[in-house]
Amino acid sequence: MNRTVLDLWVGFFVALGLAAVLFLALKVGNLSAAHLSETYVLQAKFDNIGGLKVRGPVKSAGVLVGRISDIRFDPESYQAVVTMNVDGRYKFPRDTFASIYTAGLLGEQYIGFDVGGDEKMLQPGDTVKMTQSAVVLEKLISQFLFNKAAEGQDSK
Amino acid sequence: MPGPLELVRSLGHGVVDKIWRLGFATRFFFAILAHSGTAFRRLPLTLREIYFSGVLSLLIILVSGLFVGLVLGLQGYETLARYGSTEALGILVALSLVRELGPVVAGLLFASRAGSSITAEIGLMKTTEQLKAMDMMAVNPIARVVAPRFWGGVISMPLLAAMFSAMGVFGGWLIGVVFIGVDDGAFWSQMQSSVDFRYDILNGIIKSVVFGFAVSLIAVFEGYDSVPTAEGVSRAITRTVVTSAMTILALDFILTSFMFRGNS
Amino acid sequence: MSDDILVDIQDLHFNYDGRPVLQGINMRIPRGKVVAIMGGSGCGKTTLLRCIGGQLRPTGGHVRLGESVVSAMSEADLYRLRRRMGMLFQFGALFTDLSVFENVAFPLREHTDIPEEMIRDLVLMKLEAVGLRGAHALMPASLSGGMARRVALARAIALDPMLIMYDEPFTGLDPIALGVIGRLIRTLNDALGATSIMVTHDIQESLLIVDYIYFLNGGRVVAEGTPDEIRASRDPFVHQFVHAEPDGPVHFDYPAPPVSEDFLRGGRHAGTA
Repeated sequence: MNRTVLDLWVGFFVALGLAAVLFLALKVGNLSAAHLSETYVLQAKFDNIGGLKVRGPVKSAGVLVGRISDIRFDPESYQAVVTMNVDGRYKFPRDTFASIYTAGLLGEQYIGFDVGGDEKMLQPGDTVKMTQSAVVLEKLISQFLFNKAAEGQDSK
Repeated sequence: MPGPLELVRSLGHGVVDKIWRLGFATRFFFAILAHSGTAFRRLPLTLREIYFSGVLSLLIILVSGLFVGLVLGLQGYETLARYGSTEALGILVALSLVRELGPVVAGLLFASRAGSSITAEIGLMKTTEQLKAMDMMAVNPIARVVAPRFWGGVISMPLLAAMFSAMGVFGGWLIGVVFIGVDDGAFWSQMQSSVDFRYDILNGIIKSVVFGFAVSLIAVFEGYDSVPTAEGVSRAITRTVVTSAMTILALDFILTSFMFRGNS
Repeated sequence: MSDDILVDIQDLHFNYDGRPVLQGINMRIPRGKVVAIMGGSGCGKTTLLRCIGGQLRPTGGHVRLGESVVSAMSEADLYRLRRRMGMLFQFGALFTDLSVFENVAFPLREHTDIPEEMIRDLVLMKLEAVGLRGAHALMPASLSGGMARRVALARAIALDPMLIMYDEPFTGLDPIALGVIGRLIRTLNDALGATSIMVTHDIQESLLIVDYIYFLNGGRVVAEGTPDEIRASRDPFVHQFVHAEPDGPVHFDYPAPPVSEDFLRGGRHAGTA
């Protein structure tokens, strides 16, 4: 094997490998989207976060505006404290409403921002005051059954 | 007929032997690191080994990657269709490949394609006294023969794993989007929003690097430590493939439990 | 007088896995000579050679090469010393992935910064010395046993060593190739002004080319002398070896005591013990 031909093949191989990594990073992964912009931190307290996970999305009007960076339990208020990294390009009013939604019936859970009308904006490190907890399916079903049972008793 | 005492004795002997070999392998690993100067100062030596373990493994890696992707696409679609969420096919294909199948299957293929030939080559060089002759010519065989092959493998493995994953995603796309008709935009956008670069892809690459170190070390060690006969070399090759496979799967479990603990 | 002695071996012991292989070897090999070390299979000849080359560390005694004690050297010093040694292995041990030319060029490329044209000249010169200049482009796989041995010889002398060692250079060669190798060993030694140590059991060829012969048995030197002395020797061991007599005072069946005990346990030769 001629040495220059060998070098050519190795060069081709390495280039192909790096192209594959690049393809994975840009086309398969979200390196281009989520990590290029500056972020700032917001917090929100929830009574119940349901199945929310770290790295889950934060959306506003259905658009991804940030990711959940940390979830912990506050032993004083007995609430869940969720820390979010929000895209620095977006500012939200102080009366923004943070709710936990589910994408589809079986999809992952995410935090949705419903924007209010306040003139003042949330500053980095602020806490979102108004939150709505996750809908827990079991509670919903038991409530539904309870109501049905109550209806049945009424009609008798 | 071995009695029970003989059995216990041979078992103990076997265990001691394994521990002895593990110690020797560790010492060997540090010897390779200590003698790696030559492998990088004289780059053509290592380039040659990248050619043998990397370039020559291209075909098997690309073809296998494509087929694994096609199968994943087909099976994934069948399963997801039951829940009406076929647009999540991209996530399923990409995550399984990038996190697990890419590094693991590429590692297994690499062990049987490149690892075995490294073991065979070094084992035969030992059998024909080429290593001793080199040593007598004041050329350290670990620096001249072992280290370039080791680093060639370490460099090739992550690149092959990345190609395997990329090819697999392409295969999944081919089956899902082109043949079955899942929406092209949904396929890619769902994939991109769910596959995190640092968390998923980088961890996959770390896995493949670790596997590269493990398989290359096993391959050169088994060759160097082989009994210098035809039978000894063939046993060493078998051990390379078997030990590599078990090591890859065990390491994969350990790495996965560290990397993807509980928060996904 | 120590200037005349290149290799000085004193009371050399070597154990392999607790089994004594060499038990007190004494040898003084003068500069410029070709010396043969003879003995039956498994008598420790090759072990002795590897102790001289520093590939094995003796368990007792020492090997002195010129000014330096081989058996007490660091790895780095050993490598420096080995650049001035050449060794021909039993079956040549050519690098199968390199051509004949590259095999001979290997020590030059590894240890010197000689420009490419000069390497080419040197390699062709060494190949010419063994009569294989025309074969420089071949791969080792396509060489016959004798040719491979000669290429390996050209490689061993590539750096003009002061000491050349031969491990069974005649094994598996036809009579013509055997004669060629034998003559080469002698002429190359004289042309290079080197010293040669040859381990072999081919007595007839050795008697023709060497200056001095040591006989080894059971890890000890049992006889020594110049070829003329050996031919005239009345020593029963030497007599048996030179005339290749199947039965004599020495039984090759059990060269070392532990092995002989092993045989005895198996009932073999029980009567002669």
